[in-house]
Amino acid sequence: MANVAVPTHEDDILIQELGYDDHFHEHHDEDKYQSGFIGKYIFSMDHKIIAKQFLITGMFWAIIGALMSLVFRLQLGFPEEDMAWLKPILGQWITVNADGIGALDPQFYYALVTMHGTILVFFVLTAGLSGTFSNLLIPLQLGARDMASPMLNMFSYWFFFLSGMIMFFSLFLSTGPFSGGWTAYPPLSALPQASTGSGAGMTLWTLSLVFFVVSVLLGGINYITTVLNLRTKGMSLWRMPLTIWAFFVTAILGLLSFPVLVSAFLLMMCDRGLGTSFYLSEIFIGGEALDHVGGSPVLYQHLFWFLGHPEVYIIILPAMGLVSEVLAVHARKPIFGYKAMVYSILAIGFLAFIVWAHHMFMSGVNPFISNFFVVFTLIIAVPSAVKVFNWITTLYGGNVRFTSACLFGIGFVSLFISGGLTGIFLGNSAIDIQMHDTYFVVAHFHIVMGIAAFFGMFAGIYNWFPKMYGRFMNETLGKIHFWGTMIGAYAIFWPMHYLGMAGVPRRYYRFDSFDTFSHFSTMNQFITVAAIIVFAIQVLFVINFFYSIWYGKKMTTRNPWGANTLEWTTPINAGHGNWPGNIPSVHRWSYDYGKDGKEFIPQHYPMQEGETEVH
Amino acid sequence: MTALIIILCLILLSIIAVQYGRFRELSAKIRGEEAAMKESNNRNAAFGVVFVIGFLIFCVVSALYYRNWMLGYGPHESASEHGIELDALFDITLFFTGIVFVLTQIFLFWFAYKYREEKGRKALFMPHDNTLELVWTVIPAVVMCFLVVRGLYAWNEVMADVDPDEEYMEIEALGQQWNWLIRYPGADNLLGETNYRLFSSTNPLAQDWNDTKNLDDFHPNEIVLPKGKKVRVRIRAKDVLHNFDLPHFRVKMDAIPGLPTYFVFTPRLTTEEYRENLKQYPEYQALNEDGVPLWESFNYELACAELCGRGHFSMKRIVRIVEQEEYDRWLATQTSWYEQSVMGTADDPFGDLANLSEIPAYRAAMIANEFNTDADRALAATDEADKTVILKHVYYATGKYDFSGITEKYYLTHVASFLKKNPDVVIELSGHTDNVGSAEGNQVLSENRANKIADYLRGQGIGNERMVVVGYGQDRPIADNASPEGRAQNRRTEFKIISQSAPITNTETTVQ
Ligand code: HEM
Ligand SMILES: [Cu+2]
Ligand SMILES: [Cu+2]
Repeated sequence: MANVAVPTHEDDILIQELGYDDHFHEHHDEDKYQSGFIGKYIFSMDHKIIAKQFLITGMFWAIIGALMSLVFRLQLGFPEEDMAWLKPILGQWITVNADGIGALDPQFYYALVTMHGTILVFFVLTAGLSGTFSNLLIPLQLGARDMASPMLNMFSYWFFFLSGMIMFFSLFLSTGPFSGGWTAYPPLSALPQASTGSGAGMTLWTLSLVFFVVSVLLGGINYITTVLNLRTKGMSLWRMPLTIWAFFVTAILGLLSFPVLVSAFLLMMCDRGLGTSFYLSEIFIGGEALDHVGGSPVLYQHLFWFLGHPEVYIIILPAMGLVSEVLAVHARKPIFGYKAMVYSILAIGFLAFIVWAHHMFMSGVNPFISNFFVVFTLIIAVPSAVKVFNWITTLYGGNVRFTSACLFGIGFVSLFISGGLTGIFLGNSAIDIQMHDTYFVVAHFHIVMGIAAFFGMFAGIYNWFPKMYGRFMNETLGKIHFWGTMIGAYAIFWPMHYLGMAGVPRRYYRFDSFDTFSHFSTMNQFITVAAIIVFAIQVLFVINFFYSIWYGKKMTTRNPWGANTLEWTTPINAGHGNWPGNIPSVHRWSYDYGKDGKEFIPQHYPMQEGETEVH
Repeated sequence: MTALIIILCLILLSIIAVQYGRFRELSAKIRGEEAAMKESNNRNAAFGVVFVIGFLIFCVVSALYYRNWMLGYGPHESASEHGIELDALFDITLFFTGIVFVLTQIFLFWFAYKYREEKGRKALFMPHDNTLELVWTVIPAVVMCFLVVRGLYAWNEVMADVDPDEEYMEIEALGQQWNWLIRYPGADNLLGETNYRLFSSTNPLAQDWNDTKNLDDFHPNEIVLPKGKKVRVRIRAKDVLHNFDLPHFRVKMDAIPGLPTYFVFTPRLTTEEYRENLKQYPEYQALNEDGVPLWESFNYELACAELCGRGHFSMKRIVRIVEQEEYDRWLATQTSWYEQSVMGTADDPFGDLANLSEIPAYRAAMIANEFNTDADRALAATDEADKTVILKHVYYATGKYDFSGITEKYYLTHVASFLKKNPDVVIELSGHTDNVGSAEGNQVLSENRANKIADYLRGQGIGNERMVVVGYGQDRPIADNASPEGRAQNRRTEFKIISQSAPITNTETTVQ
């Protein structure tokens, strides 16, 4: 015991290992690669800046997407209400009748729903979430100075930006943006005769998403390469934090599935422009019989969902990783069942590729085939359940600090349970006969993916905001944000289960054409009001975010949460390259919280004599 | 104006909130961060417990409030037979997931509360526990197995297509932007062929009028079905995807252009019975805008459940389930689309038969079908005895060889088109008589009968080389000459296929 040569204070270790002693004050060393404002903040190759770019662009899109949802929620909740006041913004899409009562055009309603889905799924929850945190945390937590290719990383952001520009532009087309649903099933999406949004709107939508895929692939290749090659000394795979595992598997999923989406789009473009018949057959539309024969719209659905299902895990896995890390740090306990967590990420990642047709039980595929997809789909529930139990057990016996980050982590688990359980209904094809394409599905995926992924993102933002900006976000506002969103999100989506059970189809502009679906006007009003309130609370978050960048409480210690991972060993406002001196090396996994009576033992802290490594 | 006020209020509220947030931060600094943190910890931990209790109460109360939409419960009973099992599956799944839901939510917030930070307490170092993990991997797996097995059992049963031998009826639904069209098979119980190039305002379902199965098909405005009878719905789409959705029957299937799909189900409650059931519930005593109680105005509805463009939300048809007798009465009032809108127009392939309107359409269809069936059978037969087709609808008076009725002409058009469709077929056309009169006279009479038919077929463009014309006199009766009915049957013409190119192909595929 007595004469151990290892220093006992973590700063001393850093000083000894890294060969620098700046007392962690800000360093303004010159960066020889990027000087000047443009190089530093616009066309930056620093992964930390790129992460912020992804985050803020994602927030921009989240606001646009959420505003769209408010407009269509107003339509659903208050279909008789006058919408003429939106005329100055929406122009021709509000039709004002003789009495001066304005109504939302159904075509535009569908355009809004489509854009909302596309924007939230791809721009916010893929780029905004995975793009932000993979960029920020992979190099920092692995002990790398940057991504394997900072240049590709920069391109990744700018392709995303370009993709966003195109999508944004399409909002202003005179025929309107694409309006065939985020899944863009042909023939509706393939034929301008079928829907005005399927003309130029669809072309731009496709183009935008192709650039988006380029962005995802450039990012993904980088993440994978970095994880495999740039881990610091001692950082074996089994010592990586779960965040990294999640980002790593996410990147692999993206790399394998997004190209399939592009090929689906390519065939679509051929059908639209070159007269081929991949997806089209025996169609009579606009007074003429088209010459396309022999194609199958179902083929598109297979290709789309081969991406589409992995995509939902591309969205949720990073959130899971962030939440695992945040819960462990703030419960001051190791994540329970680290290896089980890794294996379930891997299992989910693998199974994600063989369940896609559960979106197609009612699509006219051979019902026999569905047997396999039911089995695989319900198998996924097992690793998902394991993860939930492990998160809950992580709290057990902990010393839980109710920071905003931690609250969002707990909220994530609650939402993931609620939404995951409804997946078990939908995954059973027999039940899906009644539930498919109803509000039950809307409730399922908004809770399990939409809101839960947002909660993972919020947990990540509150937790790593100090790392990004050197200041804290306001905790009081954070808590108002959390409780308001938690209660509000359930208020919005929980009642939708009942709509679905009644058989109310999704994507309906109004419900009163059918007696069966028109029992729920009170509920629809309630949902709309809840949505407006939740939106207002998100505005609070945005205010808190930008306010705190400049005026938030300053960070005074390097490792404010007492976390074990390497990002907290860098200076408070780390420059390009992350560590001014040498890169720290790693001696243990990242979850030694409460071990041997110590509150936490950072990863760079060497093993003590007689200490055994646990996983 | 209201909107502006609301927006101003929101802005004001956010300013207040930000100021409040700053104030708390400052006051925390004054009181000491640690104390503030502790207070906030306790408060939020307690909120968590309040939240989970409130949430669970909300779940229960909302479920009670919306109990009328619980699948299988009272007013939301399945109107189809298979739906009962699907509802049961839903409820069983709800039971298992409900248990997991309540337990995990409670543990989540309870642990968070119980183990909120306390200075001085040490957190447990518990990285993993193999037994625990095994238990909660195996239990969900077992429950899943149960749900999968039961679910798939039901699924394969529900989705199975009809067996050709069992009794069922078939109807067709076609989705188009933006309504559903319905087609019933008419008297022959067979839906005629369609071809998407034939869509037009006078031919909304693209029926091929050369296919005589189409002649009796009718297009009602609503779906009417007899209770208890298995029905197979053939589902088609004209332009984009649609989805045939009958929420009360737990029926849903995509309609795809170029790829017909189907759904088989059996209605188990008539519309009247369903209304009677709803009547018991106070919610359905309320009046609708026309002052009719909701239960009384209730109707089963057909909807579309696949996004199909701007009118997607409005594709409604009423579905009525009735007793068999009422169904039969309804059926008798329906007129075929052919008769209503096609007969005698330029689209009518039988238009040159000037007086075809003398034959009721369903009879025309029956006649045509009968011949086509007989001819197909003969074509496919390998045994020589089965290669004969009796011309059942060419009738002769005693001692006469003429025929003049429109039915005969119509019938013979099908003989001609059969020969045209099968250019390799050569037939022996034979005449027959009953035993009235002398055998020699009957021999001549029979030859005349056969010749008369041959003349007619030649007029329809059939070459001489395709027909061997013979008379068999009274030698080959097919019925007893003692009764008038028997004699009528023996006065006949028939043909036998005497050569055809092997292999024998189905007539349908040889059309073009
Ligand atoms: C417990 C595991 C889960 C099961 C068994 C499951 C099952 C299903 C099934 C069968 C559907 C198709 C429903 C239909 O369209 O009729 C569906 C839809 C969906 N699920 Fe899940 N799910 C699970 C978890 C998740 C997770 C974790 C996510 C995302 C993070 C997710 C996202 C979605 C989305 C986005 C849709 C709807 C897509 C659309 O039609 O627009 N699900 N789920
Ligand atoms: Cu899926
Ligand atoms: Cu539709």
